[in-house]
Order: sequence, then structure tokens, then C-alpha cells
Amino acid sequence: MIWNEAKECMSRDELMHLQSKRLVKQVERVYHNVEFYRKKMQSAGVEPGDIKGVEDVYKLPYTTKDDLRDTYPFGLFATPMSEIVRVHASSGTTGKATVVGYTRRDIEIWQECVARALTMAGVGKGDIIQVAYGYGLFTGGLGAHYGAEYVGATVVPQSTGNTKKLITMMNDFGTTAIACTPSYLLHIAETLENEGLLGSIKLKSAICGAEPWTEAMRLQIEEKLQIKAHDIYGLSEVMGPGVACDCEFHQGLHVAEDHFLPEIIDPETLDPLDANQPGELVFTTLTKEGLPLLRYRTKDLTSISYDKCDCGRTSARISRFKGRSDDMLIIRGVNVFPSQIEAALLEMSGTTPHYMMIVDRVNNLDTLEVQVEVEERFFSDQIKELENLSKQIARTIQMAIGLAVKVKLVEPKTLERFEGKSKHVIDNRKLV
Amino acid sequence: MKQLSVFLENREGRLEEALRILKEEGINIISMSVADTAEYGMLRLIVNDVEKGKNALQKEGFSAHLSDVIAVKMPHVVGSLHDALSAVSKANINVEYLYALCTRTDEAAIVIKPSDTEGAVKALKDAGFGFFTDGDLF
Repeated sequence: MIWNEAKECMSRDELMHLQSKRLVKQVERVYHNVEFYRKKMQSAGVEPGDIKGVEDVYKLPYTTKDDLRDTYPFGLFATPMSEIVRVHASSGTTGKATVVGYTRRDIEIWQECVARALTMAGVGKGDIIQVAYGYGLFTGGLGAHYGAEYVGATVVPQSTGNTKKLITMMNDFGTTAIACTPSYLLHIAETLENEGLLGSIKLKSAICGAEPWTEAMRLQIEEKLQIKAHDIYGLSEVMGPGVACDCEFHQGLHVAEDHFLPEIIDPETLDPLDANQPGELVFTTLTKEGLPLLRYRTKDLTSISYDKCDCGRTSARISRFKGRSDDMLIIRGVNVFPSQIEAALLEMSGTTPHYMMIVDRVNNLDTLEVQVEVEERFFSDQIKELENLSKQIARTIQMAIGLAVKVKLVEPKTLERFEGKSKHVIDNRKLV
Repeated sequence: MKQLSVFLENREGRLEEALRILKEEGINIISMSVADTAEYGMLRLIVNDVEKGKNALQKEGFSAHLSDVIAVKMPHVVGSLHDALSAVSKANINVEYLYALCTRTDEAAIVIKPSDTEGAVKALKDAGFGFFTDGDLF
């Protein structure tokens, strides 16, 4: 099934024509409405008139997450606040969150994109779907929710946190689809198995995203639950879940190309790369009103194929992600930068002690342990003082990143030191 | 009295390593106690030269620290430990930790870390207890 055949299967020529038309209009709007972009384009020597179609997109300057931080909270919005009907927020690279805004039309386009993704996963009217992404500032919950209502499915806004309740409802309601992170779905599968419910549930498909996963993990989910599992991609800056999703052939994720223009660039030289070349994914939004982005660097590493898919869709497909060009981690679906941990430790103690983040996956759930060296100034010969110290560190970090962490105090000079750029992360999750 | 405290991770060989350093520096250990948690431990030592011990341990990368404790003489009489603690608690002072002190004399003694050192010394003195100081034991 294809949700919007007219858009998803249009010929490449027609699509490029539509993209060009939208890009020209978008650049024009952005230039006139957002001071930041106007200045950026002026200093790059580009005028709206220079952009005549998608072939000119390379002339535009890049946008990064730091630009969103520097213009916090609403500096890049291209409409008056009275037109913004919703905001979401995600982690910034340091203390401040990245805030994104949507007009009513942006929300409609978002639900349209999620509807396309859900249809790829075979979810539609008559289905009961549990949305087990977090609801709130994170785009996952509400994004999937609106799309699922739009296709006419019965939506259970489960959110996260209570797996027992989730599987009880899954069994009692006869849930046929679920949207959640892949690692959480594996955890759900294990819980179902322990409760002896694997045979009685009616689940048939899953739409998983918000964290990197492997093809092996996808197959493991499919086999264990006897369902079809699909990979949905998105990022709040560009929109949220639904920017891309894979169809039943699982040969890459179809980008909603009539709304988001993808490019692949070399993250070092910043030069655009050809189709099928691995590099960093960059998006220019073509229809976003609230927060339009020109050539936004996602830092996600992948490649693009423009070949027609066996499913009939003509849209560009991005391959499974190969990592990131920055040091961002995705832990339980939450974006975490080592710099946030560093800022939290700095805030607490005045200077940054040596620390190391250990990320692991235990029973399919991500764990984060922060090891901190007990320096002279932290020292106490009383256990209760040391325990207070680790609790305080844990609390400060938790407030900064929104994730529970385990803090372990270690002896001075036991954490590895690296020349130059120090390494603060050990990721033991085997994903690639 | 000064006590030498050392932070140790709770894993093989850490205590041994700390003690090896003290041995090589010629430090004599009079008394010790180890408090343990799941992840780390706190080694507390009464030694003949706390400064030298601290410096040697710090040079080898240990987190070592000196703190004030009091060494209370304990008459060999039933109930004397209770009497001492009773004096401390009546003064509304908390005992953070305590352990037995080897005195190399006929007198028994305990090391106490009170929440209020001055207050505890006064309360114990008033109750008739005596103290060891750094010089007495070495």
C-alpha cells in the first residue's frame, strides 16, 4: 500500500520540478523573514535570485545545531509566534535545548509524512497501535500519534515507562502495531516471552526509530515477535519522525522528498558527494513554515540511492546509518553529547574532573554510567560524604540530559588519557 | 591525632598496592580499618609518619588525605566503651565511624571520628576519659 501515490511515485523529472519550485519559494521567504539567514547568505555572496532550482542548492550556506543554539529559542523561526501552534525541544550540544516550532500547516505535513511511513509498514484503518515513544518535548510520541490518527488507526498513547502495563494492554486490546525504539521493542519481546504471552498477542508490525540499529537487530525483532519491523527516521530540527521510512523491501529508507531535499556531503571538505557515496546527510526543508532550514547538517552518516524501488516509489532512499560525524550519542532514544556531561560536572565542581561515559546495553535497554575520578578536592574519608557526592553528580547530570545515570567514583589517574582531543566515551553497545 | 585515609576502588590488588607503597617508604602501620561499599573502599590508617605516607601514596596516584580523629583510652573494665559513647551521644554528637587502636601498651584504645571533634573531646574529658596523641604510640 502507498499512502500518497501521486507524490511518492511521481517521475524524477516531475519531482525535481516540484522541488525546484518549492526551493525557490522557500529561499525567498527565508531570506526576507529570517535575519540570520539573510546575513549568512549575504556573507556567502548569495542572493535569492541565484537559486533557480535544486541544481543551485549547493550555493546555499550550511546550517548546524550550533546555529539553533546561538539563536535560542526562536531566532530561526520564519513566521510570527502567533502562527506557531506547537514547539518541541531536543538536547543541544551544551546546556541549552534546541527548540523547534511548527505552524498548523507544518503539523499537517508532518502527519502526512508519518502517514506515508505507517502505510509502508502496513498500518492503517482497523489497526490498533500503541505509541510507546515518549510524549512531551521529544517529537517521537506526538509525531507518531498524529500520523497514526491520520491514517485512521486506533491510537493508544502509551508513552514510555511501564512495560508491564504496555504488554497487558497489548494482549487485552489485541494491538496490531507498535511504534517505539528498537531496543525497547526487544525488551518488550523479552518481557512478553517471560510472561508466556508471545503466542497470544496479535502484533503484526512495528515502526521503530529514534536510535541507530542494525539489520541484524531488525531481523531479530521480526523473528522473535513474528512481525514486520520498519525503520523510521527523523530529527526534530527537520521535523521529527517521518522524514524517511523503509518499505516492505527494506532497501533503504524512502525520504519524503517533496518536503525535504536530501544531499550527501563530505563532512571534512563539505563538498557535495554523488549518489551512493557515503557521507553526511544534509537536509533543506522545502515546505516548512515555522522553522525552515537551509542545508541543515544532520551529522548522520549514510548514502543516497535514486534508483526506483521495487515497491514503485521513486523517492530517494538513504541507506542504514553508519554512524555520526560528531560525538553525539543516542541513549534510550535521547540525544546526549559528552559536552553536556562536561558542562554539568563543571557547574557542580568549578572545574571538570576526569570522567568517562560508559554506554552499554543490558537486557536490551541502554545504560549510562559516568565514572568520575575522586580528586583531592572531592576527598572525604567518610563513606556518606562520598555517597552524597556521587548522588549529587548523578542528579546534576540527570537534570542536564534528562536520563538517569549511574555514577561510579574511581581512583585518580585510572581513566585513560588521550593526547589532544580527549576521549570521554566507551560505547559497548554492539550496533555496527 | 592524624589519620591517613586512602580511597580504594573495590577490585583486586588495590589494597595490596597501597600497602606495598607504605612498606617501601618504611611506614609502620599501628592500626587500620577498611570501610567497604560495592564499588570502593576507604582505608583508614594510624601510622608513624602520616605526612610521608600521604605524599608517597599521592605520588603513586592514590587519593590520600589526612583527617583529625581522636584516640580515647579505654580502661579494661566492662562497660567502658559504652560509657565513652554515652558521653558523646549525650552531647548530641554523632559518631561517623570508630575502630580499635593498637597502642603497644597495656591500655586499650579506640579511634573515634565524631561529627564535632572539639565537642567530643570536651564531653569525654568531662566523663573522665584520657587520650593518646600522635607522639604517644610511636
